[in-house]
Amino acid sequence: MEQVIYTNNLTKRFGSFTAVDNITFHVNKGEIFGFLGANGAGKTTAMRMLCGLSIPTSGQGYVAGCDIVKEQEKIKKNIGYMSQKFSLYEDLTVWENIKLFAGIYGMNIKDIKKKADVILDRLDITKEKNTLVKNIPTGWKQKLAFSVAIFHNPKIVFLDEPTGGVDPEARRQFWEMIYSAANDGITIFVTTHYMDEAEYCDRISIMVHGKIAALASPKELKEKFNASNMDEVFRKLVEGTFNME
Amino acid sequence: MVKVNNISKSFKDVQALDDVTFSAEKGELYGIIGPDGAGKTTLFRIMTTLTIPDKGTVFINNKSIIKNYMEIRKTIGYMPGKFALYQDLTVEENLNFFASVFNADVNDNYDLIKGIYSHIAPFKKRKAGNLSGGMKQKLALSCALIHKPEVLFLDEPTTGVDPVSRKEFWDMLAGLKEMGITIIVSTPYMDEASRCDRIALIKNGKFLQVDTPNNIIEKFNSNLIAVKTYNMRRILDDLRKCTNIKSAFAFGSEIHALIDDYSNIENVSLFLNNLKYNDIEIHKIKPNIEDCFIWSR
Amino acid sequence: MKQLMSFIKKEVLHIIRDKRTILILLIMPIIQIMLFGFAMTLEVKNINIAVFYEYGDEMAEKIIARISASEYFNIVKSIHDTNEINNIFKNDNVDTVIVFSHNFSKDLFNMASPAIQIINDASDPNQASTITSYISAIISSFQNEVLLQNSPIIINTELKMLYNPELNGAYNFVPGVLALVLTLICAMMTSISIVREKEFGTMELLLVSPMKPAYIIISKIIPYFIISTINLITILVLAVSLLDIPIKGSLMLLMAVSFLFIFLSLSVGILISSLVSSQAAAMLISGMGMMMPVMLLSGMLFPIDSMPFFLQVIADIVPASWYFTAVKKIMLEGQGLFNVLKEIAVLTIMLLLLIAASIKKFKVRLG
Repeated sequence: MEQVIYTNNLTKRFGSFTAVDNITFHVNKGEIFGFLGANGAGKTTAMRMLCGLSIPTSGQGYVAGCDIVKEQEKIKKNIGYMSQKFSLYEDLTVWENIKLFAGIYGMNIKDIKKKADVILDRLDITKEKNTLVKNIPTGWKQKLAFSVAIFHNPKIVFLDEPTGGVDPEARRQFWEMIYSAANDGITIFVTTHYMDEAEYCDRISIMVHGKIAALASPKELKEKFNASNMDEVFRKLVEGTFNME
Repeated sequence: MVKVNNISKSFKDVQALDDVTFSAEKGELYGIIGPDGAGKTTLFRIMTTLTIPDKGTVFINNKSIIKNYMEIRKTIGYMPGKFALYQDLTVEENLNFFASVFNADVNDNYDLIKGIYSHIAPFKKRKAGNLSGGMKQKLALSCALIHKPEVLFLDEPTTGVDPVSRKEFWDMLAGLKEMGITIIVSTPYMDEASRCDRIALIKNGKFLQVDTPNNIIEKFNSNLIAVKTYNMRRILDDLRKCTNIKSAFAFGSEIHALIDDYSNIENVSLFLNNLKYNDIEIHKIKPNIEDCFIWSR
Repeated sequence: MKQLMSFIKKEVLHIIRDKRTILILLIMPIIQIMLFGFAMTLEVKNINIAVFYEYGDEMAEKIIARISASEYFNIVKSIHDTNEINNIFKNDNVDTVIVFSHNFSKDLFNMASPAIQIINDASDPNQASTITSYISAIISSFQNEVLLQNSPIIINTELKMLYNPELNGAYNFVPGVLALVLTLICAMMTSISIVREKEFGTMELLLVSPMKPAYIIISKIIPYFIISTINLITILVLAVSLLDIPIKGSLMLLMAVSFLFIFLSLSVGILISSLVSSQAAAMLISGMGMMMPVMLLSGMLFPIDSMPFFLQVIADIVPASWYFTAVKKIMLEGQGLFNVLKEIAVLTIMLLLLIAASIKKFKVRLG
């Protein structure tokens, strides 16, 4: 199977503090990969390196076939990114946002228009095309942001806590969109604090203190830790290492 | 202790709160549960005397938030959405400052915060800006408690915090409740509902339900089933095609669905078998709060 | 009281922790004074002088010889027609014209009052005033040596400053820098420090506490009041000691007017903070909205008299222009309380209006 993300002993230090400590893992094409961890475990730092925003102190990494140290610009063309904090410009309309982000990736206006119509129709917000983003409901905003993040057909999309604070129904609809994107062959790399969402992933890694403490499918992890759900797995793993200190 | 009667509040053309009513007794741990943008923060700002509602009345300990706001301010503790701390002051300086703002002395009330503050005491010389999320949360809670308030208002104290720290935080709240402090807390995480004595489910500025978590679950009057199979991704769409299923959503490792009648479970099972699912597990379940939130109209 | 003290302590901590800003605040006025002080050449050399006198007038020629002997001056031209004077500044490279009165020597010996007129190109007011004082010094030393001691005769030296009769600009940078620095620190820093509490959400907590709003404001004001007082003293000490610019009037009066202006600027800061909700907006308003008018309209760089009418009206609204005038009068011209009453009155009225506005605008609740 094709590996779209591959790292080898990836490490990032800030002074004497090791934020990401020798992580080695891979993500398969079309996979939904959950990237979990406690606050401050190094998730964000690792994700920044994979997106080509931060240079590792040591180790190698390849994303979409590009070296994360030498080919940072090339990586950016092949990935999509969405976070809870920043996704769309609130003071631009829905259409202006789509045009802007698609334009950044060099799509021509004809293609943008054609695809935008399809997406707006699918999200059922065609009539909101010229509404300012700040005036559309939160649930829709997240779904729209995701559509925009995968608009240019990236090989991988990075989602940083995409569903934080979203209402339960919209959260589930969001995940259904993730499924359909994964079915189209887009690899999903997602972080979340909702442990039920961890169950929706094909495989998950749990970071503790800069290291990957566990990496397997939710089912395997539950068996291994003798837990009934992911919440329990997470707790056992994170609390366990706290006790080790 | 806290009485909120028929309050409404709108900003320009957005109705943030629409006829909200509830009351919390002394020593109660009361949860306001709902997603972002539901109106939780507006409700908290009204209860803490920071904003005046368009309609309705609020009384904290029988004092009106409009007329007696200065008296109320002496007796409440508040922790706003983002941990409001002075990033450039140390842990200790923050605590001392907030104590003196309320004319309180850290030593007098130390017993109250001991259980919480002891976690961060080793870092008391560290600047608040350099603390991790979980530690900031504990410091903010200590600061909100240091004047021994009668009512504690916590607006989304666990948002963006990992599950382990969240559990720790709720354990602390349980401890404070033991000491007789009334706590009003909001959260977008439905799984935290069970930690509250009573909860209000809030959506689009309206309260959907107000009751104890158990009663809300008991009152759920639709037929809920859980479905499980090996290929979870495909089954959701297929399940929705079944005429007996009114609505279905993924819930962790299962799918929760509303069925028209429990007697039709066999039908659904048969329907799925025909679609070549041969490891189907279907059974009747009790809803959790999240089910109640999604399916209560 | 304990509340207030701990609040002030907290503000002081904020300021001390932000080392870079405090350093800038304390060093900025020093650099400004030095820059203005030394950039404006007080030293004059190779000044070209034209003279007008009656040919053969013995005393006039002696004085001219003295001036010529000085290392600063070159006599480049002698004119014989008063009409030439007006053009000479434009056409020839002449900085100053010295005109001896008709029958200069005769008047001198006949105990009449002979006169010397010094006409300067005052478009560089610094240079003009320096030249004048040098020439006056030469003339008076001549008077002392050549004429009898205690002679009742006085040579009237009459000054005429062309193009800038009031010599605006000579030492004007001192009141200018004062106005600038005090505005900047009081208005900008105060508004930023209040708005920062809004941005970080701590204002919400302070409002929810039983802390009196007045305490919040007082404790925000005090540290910046102290810093601006330090700056005020620094600037005055530097001006007097390093640049030899004397404080001609009453120091007490100067300080009193300055404190009035400091309070005024502080209330501007508080007002700004109640109008905006981000630090960037506070910085922009106090930076662009306050600094620019102070630089351009206070009279610091350009004399207000020569501005178009509508700019003069705007200048009248800028508090700094009144403070600037008052400081100039007291410090540079040595005028007393009576002559700055108008400025003091205007500043006081402005202060009261601003305080009233800030109290009205300060919210005990969120908007």
